[in-house]
Amino acid sequence: MENTGLSLTTVTLFLPMVGLTIIAGMALLDAEKNRENFKWVAFAFSILTFFASLLMWANYNSADPALQLVQRNDWLPQYGISYYVGIDGISLLLVLLTTVITPIAVFASFRSHVIHERGREALYYGFMLLLEWAMIGVFVAQDLVIFYIFWEVTLIPMYFMIGIWGSENRVYAAVKFFLYTMAGSILMLLAMLYVGTQAGTFALPEIVNAVQSGAVSFPFDGLFSTQSFLFLGFLIAFAIKVPLWPFHSWLPDAHVQAPTAGSVILAGVLLKMGTYGIVRFCLPLFPEASVAWAPVVGGLAVIGIIYGAWVSYAQVDMKKLVAYSSVSHMGFVVLGIFALNAQGLQGATLQMINHGISTGGLFLLVGMLYERRHTKLMAAYGGIWKALPLFGAISLIVSLSSMGLPGLNGFVGEFTILMGAFGSEVLGFFFALFATLGVILAAVYTLAMFQKVYLGELDKEENKHLEPMHWQEIAVLIPILVLIFWIGLQPVGFFNTMDTSTEAIVNYVQPHIDEIVVENAASVSEAP
Amino acid sequence: MINFSDPNFLPWLIPVGPLLAFVIIVLLTNRSRLVPATDRHEYGGHHPEYNGMLVPVVSPSSRVLSIVVGMSGAVAAWLMSWKVVFDALAVGTGTFGKSVFGSSVEWMALGDRPFTMGVLIDPLTIPLLFMVPLAVLMIFIYSIGYMAHDPRQARFFALISLFAGAMLTLVVADNLLLLFVGWEVMGLCSFMLIGFWFEKHSAYKAAVKAFTTTRVADVIMLLGIVYLYSQTGTLSFREILYNQEVLAQLAGTPALLFGGLGISASGLIGMFLIIGTVGKSAQFPLHVWLPDAMEGPTPVSAMIHAAAMVSAGVYAVIRMYPLFEAGGHPHAGEFTSPLLLMTFVGGFTALFAATIAIAQNDVKKVLAYSTISQLGFMVAALGIGAYIAATFHLITHAFFKALLFMASGSVIHAMEHGEHHVHEHGHGDHGHHGDHDEDYPVAPASIGGGRMELAYEAHDGHGHGHHHDEHGADHGEFDDVGGIGDEHGSHHPHDAHAHTQAHDHHFDPQDMMNMGGLKDRIPVTFITFVIGGLSLAGFPLITAGFWSKDEILADAWLGLTEGFGPQIFVFFILALAAFLTAFYTARQLCLTFLGEPRTEEAKHAGLGGPRSVISITMQLPLVILAVFALFAGFVGVPPDFPIFGALFSPEVNPFFEFVKYSLLVEIQPPKPPFSVWPVLTSFAVALGGLALGYWMYGRKPLTAGQPDPMIKILGPLYNVLKNKYYFDELYTIVFIRPSQAIARVTSDFIDRGIIDGILHFIARAANFIGDLLKVFNLWLIDGVGDGIPQGLGKLGERLKFLQTGRIQQYLLLIAVFALLIGLIFAAVSVGIAGN
Repeated sequence: MENTGLSLTTVTLFLPMVGLTIIAGMALLDAEKNRENFKWVAFAFSILTFFASLLMWANYNSADPALQLVQRNDWLPQYGISYYVGIDGISLLLVLLTTVITPIAVFASFRSHVIHERGREALYYGFMLLLEWAMIGVFVAQDLVIFYIFWEVTLIPMYFMIGIWGSENRVYAAVKFFLYTMAGSILMLLAMLYVGTQAGTFALPEIVNAVQSGAVSFPFDGLFSTQSFLFLGFLIAFAIKVPLWPFHSWLPDAHVQAPTAGSVILAGVLLKMGTYGIVRFCLPLFPEASVAWAPVVGGLAVIGIIYGAWVSYAQVDMKKLVAYSSVSHMGFVVLGIFALNAQGLQGATLQMINHGISTGGLFLLVGMLYERRHTKLMAAYGGIWKALPLFGAISLIVSLSSMGLPGLNGFVGEFTILMGAFGSEVLGFFFALFATLGVILAAVYTLAMFQKVYLGELDKEENKHLEPMHWQEIAVLIPILVLIFWIGLQPVGFFNTMDTSTEAIVNYVQPHIDEIVVENAASVSEAP
Repeated sequence: MINFSDPNFLPWLIPVGPLLAFVIIVLLTNRSRLVPATDRHEYGGHHPEYNGMLVPVVSPSSRVLSIVVGMSGAVAAWLMSWKVVFDALAVGTGTFGKSVFGSSVEWMALGDRPFTMGVLIDPLTIPLLFMVPLAVLMIFIYSIGYMAHDPRQARFFALISLFAGAMLTLVVADNLLLLFVGWEVMGLCSFMLIGFWFEKHSAYKAAVKAFTTTRVADVIMLLGIVYLYSQTGTLSFREILYNQEVLAQLAGTPALLFGGLGISASGLIGMFLIIGTVGKSAQFPLHVWLPDAMEGPTPVSAMIHAAAMVSAGVYAVIRMYPLFEAGGHPHAGEFTSPLLLMTFVGGFTALFAATIAIAQNDVKKVLAYSTISQLGFMVAALGIGAYIAATFHLITHAFFKALLFMASGSVIHAMEHGEHHVHEHGHGDHGHHGDHDEDYPVAPASIGGGRMELAYEAHDGHGHGHHHDEHGADHGEFDDVGGIGDEHGSHHPHDAHAHTQAHDHHFDPQDMMNMGGLKDRIPVTFITFVIGGLSLAGFPLITAGFWSKDEILADAWLGLTEGFGPQIFVFFILALAAFLTAFYTARQLCLTFLGEPRTEEAKHAGLGGPRSVISITMQLPLVILAVFALFAGFVGVPPDFPIFGALFSPEVNPFFEFVKYSLLVEIQPPKPPFSVWPVLTSFAVALGGLALGYWMYGRKPLTAGQPDPMIKILGPLYNVLKNKYYFDELYTIVFIRPSQAIARVTSDFIDRGIIDGILHFIARAANFIGDLLKVFNLWLIDGVGDGIPQGLGKLGERLKFLQTGRIQQYLLLIAVFALLIGLIFAAVSVGIAGN
């Protein structure tokens, strides 16, 4: 193995760490005097990271299917573990998502009462940067162990963000979040260790090559065989993170209790680690099991789509409603992935971005209302459009994006996923049919929320004198709106970025789908 | 550089004008201030609930700006559209169709195939491009007057511009996906506009209902689009519909669902798409949203019901017609499943909605149901393959229905004016004007009501000034409050009794029972309303509605003579529906305009004098549309029709011949030969219905308090019709309540109960095991390890260090995890080494 020089990926990855170090240094020097400065450091470094990731995009050659901007250095050579980072189109888009959402979340925290009241800014903004570092790490890691470390590190800052700066029931939510995801990760760790030791290396691209060439094989013999168990080991960890029905019950609690910025990052980026993991590990490493389990996972995804939507409809708390809608939307992403074709995978990748933007936006908006009225119950509102016209208009746009109105971003992803599920050789018509039911319900619960909060008479005294939007609040929403329209109106750039990478992943799986199709055709011709 | 004067590229710019207008208005006029709406008329002309509320009011300059920008967008779209229309006509009948205008760009990649978006102008687009921008422009002009008193006028122009832009996008789209984009954006606009007065409970309920109902259908349509794409790999109209091979292949593939019943892929796709139209064009059983959509301002109703949304639904099925027909041949009696679906849904809806319309008293609701019914005509016509007739009726209907809605808006506006008048002047003690009340004495009763009543519109050109003269100084100050040329007329203290009554019961300016005798008060509106009504009723020979309806019946007759079931069904059911149409139109005209005013409000109805801005902007479009409602039909006169054929179509039916080339030659519909029977039927139902209506309501017009004679004739059936067959109630019981209940049960019982319950159970179990292991832990990692196996519940309490700040405990926890991981690592390595 050759060691390579410093790559742009590493620079992007470690920029937040530089910021974290500076914050730590300032805190050690004089935490009280620097109280107002931590946020600016965090913001500056998250913005720097964003520019670095833009540079990555500029340097990325979308025509080349190979891993790019790679850096690899020995770490624990005796175990085949190395510091190995690099990107393909899918990683790149998710890194960009992370570097867009993080500054937004940091900036949105500036005006948060709860952070102001509970103090410890150094810790809070430090955690933000730690989280960004770990999230980027998850998306660029090409070594199983490195990936696992980043994966676990994301838990810690989020755990504290919920636990320290959350609402009333924050400890329960924080612990539930931590233990639930931790329990899943242990399974993944075991599966990883098995895979790594079998292949003799933990470098993902090498393992994938070995699997594809047949040099390493995980015996597959039906739904319950070695490969399937390994597949499930990974899948369950990811499914909890996504969260795939019925592993979702940590999500509403975490969201409701988390501070606004925590919810934004949680919904915006952390959930995508689950779906990204499926794409990056489950599909290429265990193609046969992926094909065999696709209808089951696809089925859970569809249940999640409808279930999440229906439960959303029953909520009285805005944050809970948005949280359950995430279950529904992320179900769509999983459905797209397990369509196991190019359209499904492209749609899923784009929908990860879309969901991050729209749901992140919704959480920001709910947070802004919360800052004003200190309640998330819809019943406390009504007629807000009149009190805050601009706010109402922005909320409508973001809501519509979330429910997939054509012309906005959500539609492009949903449509492509439906295309994928419909044309899929492993899923097919009925999966698409039931998924569309979720699209209908999305309109129902989103509009129900919009109606209860924004429409109607401004009849509650407390709502009549709400503080108008602050420029910082508008500023924080502008990137969200820009992306909503950009992806909705001209998505071709995003598709081009991931095109070859999704195709490569489909190609890993395709031969095994063909086998099944051939088998089925054979059994059909034998049957009569 | 793209040359936009080239008709291949010009269509790109058609929707740009209104869309740009939307953006500009939104960006420039969002600064508003909240002021109390104390003047009922100034802010609450259409929405009495404004009274006393704080309403956001944009500055006068913003108002003017929104009008100017909105109008510019509409005018630009109109000019460009008509340029394209004339360019296409210049290409010539027959040639245009084989060659079309269009261009496209790459939009996204689906798999390895690029997906393109573009514009297409073919013979079917041309009549739409003629009608839509014109109707839009009329609606815009009308809105200037209608919305003049509304504090949200700028917002209105922004939304209606977006609406127009979306409709034009849909018309020029070259593929189903772009059509769907326009379709959905329109759905959004209708949501926003129906709920325009969003404070009002009924308004936002109607808005949400409209959006949700149509969304159900739209999503099924989306499924059809996805299905179509998975079958053909493209959504371009030309590539699918103008391609015999693709159509044949689609017709030859069995469907994924019900394929065993002989339904082909094209059949199932077709039915999915038709369901989209059933929602958008408010066909049975998804018709329930449209009458409620009347909650929006009247120009919106015209927009929704004529120029845009509902037309879009029918346009989409006309556009996709070759797909529905693939594998069948309606003129030879071979029907595919989508065609049958359209025949029966359309035919049934046409009659069903017409029966409801005869028992409605709300002037706009009658029109709403008539729209549903007329759209049923088009859908049924398409079902029997009368492709051109359906298109033709779509166009003529758009003209006369836009006219009717706007005319009804004038009626409502006039009634509101009357209401305002009564309100202001009826009670000396009614303190709407605060300070003014003191120096505003009740005038003596000697100023007669009778003479003044006639003075409002055309009869008295100096009406406004006249009043000033009479009332002198005590009136002057007050009039300044009134705004743009609005008249306040005279005092009528002797009417105080009637007013009190009207105010105790909430006065409904849309209820025809409150009207009567309006023909003298708003004569221009009256005449144009009559023209529109006659066109709707299909008054023979001189109205556009007659020619298009006749065309449908003629086509149905052609099949009827062959003995084809669907055509027989369509012929009779549409004839019956046409009869009812003529009847309720006559009823509406008589109730609204004839006889004596039945309320004080009707007595004082008016639009504020002939020279007022409101009067002009609200009536000019009526006059222009009336011209089209009368004469637009002459482009489609069959050449063999006696006298008229020789006059208007000496050689061929120009409309028919031009439009049919949007289809492949193989599937172009045959021109039905002239037959006297359908024409006689058209005559009979139109004249018979009008005569019956006049006989019941016009001969002896209703007087105040007299019940509708229909109640007696229909008996209990009347209530069923009046309540729209109780469909709203039925849907509430069948769909809305159960889904709410399911949602609650899923949330409380399944999610919080079972799924979280299992999780908590596992946590408790782990806790229990943890306790068992405690002894083990005690000597292994003293006092720390008990944190690990503890379940959720207890651990939560233990981890309170979050608040107490004992972070070192957490660090120890991590250390323990690291230890565990290390142990596993080591164990695995040993295992490998052992192997």
